[in-house]
Amino acid sequence: MPSALAAPRPEPAPVALELSGVHKSFGATPIIRGVSLAIPRGERHAIIGPNGAGKSTLFNLVSGRIAPTRGSIRLEGAEIAGEAPYRIARRGLSRSFQVTNIFPRLTVYENVRCGVLWPLGCGYDFLRRCDRLRDVAERAERVLGQIRLADRRDTLAGVLTYAEQRALEIGIAIAGDARVILLDEPTAGMSRHETENAVELIRSVTEGRTLVMVEHDMGVVFGLADRISVLVYGEIVASDAPARIRENEAVRAAYLGDADA
Amino acid sequence: MTKGATRPAWWVGAAALLAVLPWVPGLQSDFGRSLLSQMGIAAVFALSYNLLLGQTGLLSFGHAVYFGLGGYAAIHLLRAVNGGWPIPVPLVPLAGAAAGLGFGIVFGALTTRRGGTIFALITLGVGELVRAASLMLPSFFGGEEGVTASRTEAPRWLGLDFGSQLQVYYLIAAWLFVAAILIHAFMRTPVGRLCNAVRDNPERVEFVGYDPRRVRFIAFSVAAAFAGLAGGLHAINYEIVTGEAVGATRSGAVLLMVYIGGVHHFVGAVLGAAAITWLQVSLSDYTSAWLLYLGLIFMGMVAFVPGGLAGLAMIHLSALRTRAVAAIARSYLLALPFALATLAGAATLIEIAYRRSTQPEAGALMTLFWIPMDTAKPWPWIGAAGVLALGAAALARIRPRVAAAWERAAEEIHAHA
Repeated sequence: MPSALAAPRPEPAPVALELSGVHKSFGATPIIRGVSLAIPRGERHAIIGPNGAGKSTLFNLVSGRIAPTRGSIRLEGAEIAGEAPYRIARRGLSRSFQVTNIFPRLTVYENVRCGVLWPLGCGYDFLRRCDRLRDVAERAERVLGQIRLADRRDTLAGVLTYAEQRALEIGIAIAGDARVILLDEPTAGMSRHETENAVELIRSVTEGRTLVMVEHDMGVVFGLADRISVLVYGEIVASDAPARIRENEAVRAAYLGDADA
Repeated sequence: MTKGATRPAWWVGAAALLAVLPWVPGLQSDFGRSLLSQMGIAAVFALSYNLLLGQTGLLSFGHAVYFGLGGYAAIHLLRAVNGGWPIPVPLVPLAGAAAGLGFGIVFGALTTRRGGTIFALITLGVGELVRAASLMLPSFFGGEEGVTASRTEAPRWLGLDFGSQLQVYYLIAAWLFVAAILIHAFMRTPVGRLCNAVRDNPERVEFVGYDPRRVRFIAFSVAAAFAGLAGGLHAINYEIVTGEAVGATRSGAVLLMVYIGGVHHFVGAVLGAAAITWLQVSLSDYTSAWLLYLGLIFMGMVAFVPGGLAGLAMIHLSALRTRAVAAIARSYLLALPFALATLAGAATLIEIAYRRSTQPEAGALMTLFWIPMDTAKPWPWIGAAGVLALGAAALARIRPRVAAAWERAAEEIHAHA
């Protein structure tokens, strides 16, 4: 359409996160082999795939834990491929981890507060007392309420139960102003009841934000996601609405068939 | 970090204690006040070190670099004051703090890029580097003799001439109080809280928007400034700074202080500084093997009391409120004579062995624990070993009683929580 090229584009459907031609090899071994994916703002997007497909690697690439071998990763239009994690975090992308990754010797409250400090502009401030920053405290308390850990406020995070630590993990990720949130297997290792709570939690705390999650529990995936991408051996074999993914023969053959149980 | 420590009453109490200490019987003498002064200097140094180790998780083997360089800056300033510069002596330690900060920024930029083992090794290297420089640059470091100055040849300030140890003590105590408040306050700022986060999990810190290297760098520079302040106090107290002030021995000593005092508590560093200084000063009066004992105490603390003196005090304080306290006290009373016997047996063996190997010319006759003995004969050895073995065996028997009493206390504490 030549007219679209000539005229300034009218508001394009805003893309929160866009990967194009992303490759990652460890040594000679390719792990991510040309992933392209555009996730619109506000979408809840799930990435599924068999073990070893590269799902966590993909998250590590997007969040800056490792740099892609080549390809482009754009967060709200800005190139972030290869940037340090803290710079990407400051741009408004946060993540949780598959293996619980919290601050074990800080209290639950302080864990959450760590996620609040930078987004609320505290920077490397060493002249003001943290406890006196009212906006920081209000935000941290609100997040504590959201993740239902208010009554564990002053407990050391290291002694929480597993499910509580998982909730805290999500709490740290959503505490700031991040507009794009990556959750890596948020319900892994949880009982059915805990999983139901976690789904409710994720649904409520990601309201109005863009969510990308890696998840093995198909109940969670189909219950939460607006769109699902299937990653197999470092390539996206399908990316579609949940209902159509369920019907997709290639997906069934590659993945759902053996994990349907 | 204890919550209670933020209460103003604690600070008032600490200030009162610092004010009263030099008048306590036994500490009233010049010797006692000199000991208190050394403890105060060590406490500032240890508090600064705990900012690194306990709060930020940085194990440094070269923290004396900033203590020593601060000391040199202060002693040179003091010389200038002797030469007529109109600077009051109480402010001279600030030159130490400034030098500590300056060198902390320079070396910190180099060392804090990594944490963990790499950091520890680089600090070791920087320590050796500066120690070597202290021998190579005699114009600044004063060579073997060091640099001397006088704290009394200075303009008087509020009528203070620092001729008496008491005045010096109060100067040190005042700076200790200020340093403690500032370090405590620093830990409560956003960066201070991030120091704890970096200690716990540096990687996670990156994903909440902070660069852990920057946090480590800030903590390191602040710690170096307070180490420099301690060095400045050292310069005023001794009126001399020598190359050993930057050396590995001092770096090792501060690690000992903080670890024995307890890395997890703010007051731990102060307790450890006081305890180790006291051991250094008094133990060396009794035995030439005092370094060996210090090493044994350190090993024992690391192995059996990882919380340090402060941790020990905290759990006993919480046990005081339980009904198991009587059982604990009884088990301790029962263990006490055997513990003393074990220590006496071990100390006798160490002393005999030490004397015979290091001072053979002193002869075989010696008196230990008021008992004269001929160490050329086997009996003192056998007797000491026997006392040690019996004491240790009895302690092993009593240990379950102590443990059971503590278990009851722990149950009660958990039930309350």
